[in-house]
Amino acid sequence: MNGSGSSFAKPGYEPGPPLWLLAELTYRCPLQCPYCSNPLDFARSHDELDTAEWIEVFRQARALGAAQLGFSGGEPLVRQDLAELIRAARELGYYTNLITSGIGLSEEKIARFAEAGLDHIQISFQAADEEVNNLLAGSKKAFAQKLAMARAVKRHGYPMVLNFVTHRHNIDNIERIIQLCVELEADFVELATCQFYGWAELNRAGLLPSRAQLERAERITNEWRDRLAAQNHPCKLIFVTPDYYEERPKACMNGWGNLFLDITPDGTALPCHSARQLPVQFPNVRQHSIEHIWRHSFGFNRFRGYDWMPEPCRSCDEKAKDFGGCRCQAFMLTGDAANADPVCSKSPQHGKILAAREQAEHGALGLDQLQYRNEKASRLILKV
Amino acid sequence: MNENILLKVPTLRRGYRFQFEPAQDCHVLLYPEGMIKLNDSASEILQRVDGARTVGGIVAQLQARFPEAEGIEEDILAFVEVAVERFWIELR
Repeated sequence: MNGSGSSFAKPGYEPGPPLWLLAELTYRCPLQCPYCSNPLDFARSHDELDTAEWIEVFRQARALGAAQLGFSGGEPLVRQDLAELIRAARELGYYTNLITSGIGLSEEKIARFAEAGLDHIQISFQAADEEVNNLLAGSKKAFAQKLAMARAVKRHGYPMVLNFVTHRHNIDNIERIIQLCVELEADFVELATCQFYGWAELNRAGLLPSRAQLERAERITNEWRDRLAAQNHPCKLIFVTPDYYEERPKACMNGWGNLFLDITPDGTALPCHSARQLPVQFPNVRQHSIEHIWRHSFGFNRFRGYDWMPEPCRSCDEKAKDFGGCRCQAFMLTGDAANADPVCSKSPQHGKILAAREQAEHGALGLDQLQYRNEKASRLILKV
Repeated sequence: MNENILLKVPTLRRGYRFQFEPAQDCHVLLYPEGMIKLNDSASEILQRVDGARTVGGIVAQLQARFPEAEGIEEDILAFVEVAVERFWIELR
């Protein structure tokens, strides 16, 4: 676990500290959401870092400046050592976030995690009504359990973020979604329209909302914002639009390897949750120190700076603003991760985005045609 | 209005944590999935937010600590106003 090995650091380029550490503790999950950001071939590996290995990752990343730590997955609650990991992280000075579906949570665990020093709990919902929620989650009891746990989280004094992944089959209920979040006393509400990675990309034709759906949802969200502000209500609504309706790409992850460090269940380190699919070799914490990974590894330096960019990014006067967009999206839609993100209207492949928008207007797929994220489907995908 | 604020006791909102970050060499305010980097004057103020001191008490302390600085009270009141508006702190 030392920093030996050659350095791919770019001369003159100083990356920012990895302020955000995402610990994907496991790919195991009781739900089957068809927009899961986990890799399609997650069934390939059941190998997980053990407690001591995770705590060593936390210690090293903290020394490099990581301040926010997200416990994620899969469903992090399936890890039996979660309370121990929380305690260790909190003692190192992290702000600790549990990002959970709420399935497997109990009032007893909520109290135990608080005692261990957990700062915040985020619960994700699939929809605001029981039937659609349970259908999307692939579980009959999911919705009632989530409601009960959201109430328990607040009862125990935690700040709470509620996360709703929205898509064409639930976005029209945004009014009800926001109402529910306010009723549950959420401090922050993320109304995140599906981003098309992992299982969501596979199901894009059944998930991408139409422009009219999106505009209506944004209008209703803004009306609620005004209403909450008028009441001096602390609940904050965060609306994330899918970049498929933009003409310029997002500054993905604030630049490659510049803020965000994701450690996957088996210890592979990634600059974002979906980078594993790229034809780039990424380092593993079992072989290298976090410092080596962040500063010197090939994977984390691959798209730093600007010298890797082809046209139209290379000569673009906006490249310092958006870094050419998302490498994973470029790879998925053009076959080359160095290309301009096709969301950009300057990209020669922008037509793919236009075609997806067109499909969202006509010929979108139904709920019953989605590929649910489960072990069986993942193994089938592996065979292809 | 200002006199009223001076008598109030500021506390950090639940789930918000103020701490020094050696790697960034500054104080920060941490909250669910987010972080605000604070400048020196904001950190001088927040260091004194302990759930017991009033805004007026913080003003008096900082005036004593920085006797040569002008307009400390206005600066503190302006910061408190912004911090309340953004729901970082609550006044009791």
